Amino acid sequence: MIIVDSLSKKYGGFTAVDHVTFRAEPGRVTGFLGPNGAGKSTTMRIMVGLTPATSGTSTVLGRRYADLPNPGREIGVLLDASAQHAGRTGREILTLAQRTMRIPRDRVDEMLDLVSLSDEESDRRVRDYSLGMRQRLGIATALIGDPEALVLDEPANGLDPAGIRWMRDLLRGFANKGGTVLLSSHLLHEIEVIADDLVVIGNGRIVAHGTKSDLLAAAGTFASAADLAALAKALVSAGHTAEESLGGVRTDADPAQVGRAALAAGVPLTELRPADGAGLEEMFLELTKDDAREEVAA
Amino acid sequence: MSTATVMENTDTAESERPRVEHAPIPFRTVVGVELRKAFDTRSGFWLMVAMAATGVIATGAVLAFANDSDLTYDNFGAAIGVPMTILLPVVAILAVTGEWSQRAGLTTFTLVPHRGRVIRAKLAVTVMIGLASMVLAFGIGAIGNVVGSGLRGVDTVWDLSFTSILYIVGADLIGMMIGFMLGVLMRNSPGAIVTYFSYWFVIPTISGLLAANQDWFEKAQPWVDFNYNQGQMYDGGFDATSWAQLAVTGTVWLLLPLAFGLWRVVRAEVK
Repeated sequence: MIIVDSLSKKYGGFTAVDHVTFRAEPGRVTGFLGPNGAGKSTTMRIMVGLTPATSGTSTVLGRRYADLPNPGREIGVLLDASAQHAGRTGREILTLAQRTMRIPRDRVDEMLDLVSLSDEESDRRVRDYSLGMRQRLGIATALIGDPEALVLDEPANGLDPAGIRWMRDLLRGFANKGGTVLLSSHLLHEIEVIADDLVVIGNGRIVAHGTKSDLLAAAGTFASAADLAALAKALVSAGHTAEESLGGVRTDADPAQVGRAALAAGVPLTELRPADGAGLEEMFLELTKDDAREEVAA
Repeated sequence: MSTATVMENTDTAESERPRVEHAPIPFRTVVGVELRKAFDTRSGFWLMVAMAATGVIATGAVLAFANDSDLTYDNFGAAIGVPMTILLPVVAILAVTGEWSQRAGLTTFTLVPHRGRVIRAKLAVTVMIGLASMVLAFGIGAIGNVVGSGLRGVDTVWDLSFTSILYIVGADLIGMMIGFMLGVLMRNSPGAIVTYFSYWFVIPTISGLLAANQDWFEKAQPWVDFNYNQGQMYDGGFDATSWAQLAVTGTVWLLLPLAFGLWRVVRAEVK
């Protein structure tokens, strides 16, 4: 369990993180979503003590991060896969982590296997690694201590589609075994396919927070028809909202209500489904748009 | 800003794993890891190789080119010691700055979330490497001295007293501490190395010129020029005034900046 309580970080007059409060539960994958510069990385750096908070607290497994006796064995952290000494080999970087955590040496080979870095690749210096290889190495470093929680900042960056799929399965498995996963992304789709819970941040503030299913339900239904105007009119007269979006209409009604309204108005539907991705994406853009505007105005 | 859905706590799986209380990481582990880090990069490795190589080449050069009367322990020691004196502080600089310049600190300081401990371990490693290198230097020098005098058929001259050796070791350690201080203060490899070489090569020239031309500076120099005091140590024979001068300049040029650097290091953001 990771608890972040009213965390703030000010840089002079600029508030990078503004009273951020959320929790990441064990057994669940919590997605930390926000546009670039929204404060995700700063929040995560504060959580692990790399950046001092201006105010607020955060705890991991019931303790402040700095009070964990051997943090690598309780929480695996990957903040930036490129933040490694370029002159070390991948194997050496894992060995340093293994020695610091005082765990058996064969964990290094186990982790290299797990993230599919071959012997030859692991003996190369990190400067010659692709971003994808660095991410794999970073995930190996985070997992080597067999921790109970994971904090990963943009872990999918640089991974190819197969790699993203692999990571998704890995994190799902980790959560299913009771682990706590917090991962950030600025890409909605990436988070949507893996997260159980979502924390959406915009301009340093939490703008939405809840289970994915709740947030998706809040996003309503997507329907399409040859005559969009007629469909929208039918929905509005049935007392629902209707908003044209992406070649269809998005509404707060559930699919059954949309179907009834369309039938009553005699509008043949060509598509009818929960708004899901598209809805959440619009919500994401909308939620962060206000803050983005404030930013410009300031 | 409108939405703030309260998070619903649905089917949260209880942690299946029993909580294990892990033992804290002992300081010797941190020191061991930091020692390994001094050698496991290309720059660290070749720096060590360069020091060993210059030591051997310097010994060979003394053997090959020195007059018989110059085949003394002092000269062998100096031949090896000078390159080492110059390179050891670079080892100290890189030990600290790598965490920032190479951003390795992101991992280091999350695995050991007490920066003071990591920095203390680095200091311990710096001193260990310094002492080990000096033992090696004096050892190679002694071998060179015995072999050299034997080859030339002259008497083996041991003209370096134990006290002078202590002075040299002290001066070299101060040099390493200057490197360490610059590393902590600047947290940037090129910046710290350039500053260090300026301290080593540029300042003595300027202060030497100044002392030669300005009487007042010649008198003041021992009280303001740390480099000068450090240089005097290689000749040994300090009296109470010399120690006081070293203490004054050392406090101003080494301890105070080091304290300021450490104060900042434990507070600064690691990005």
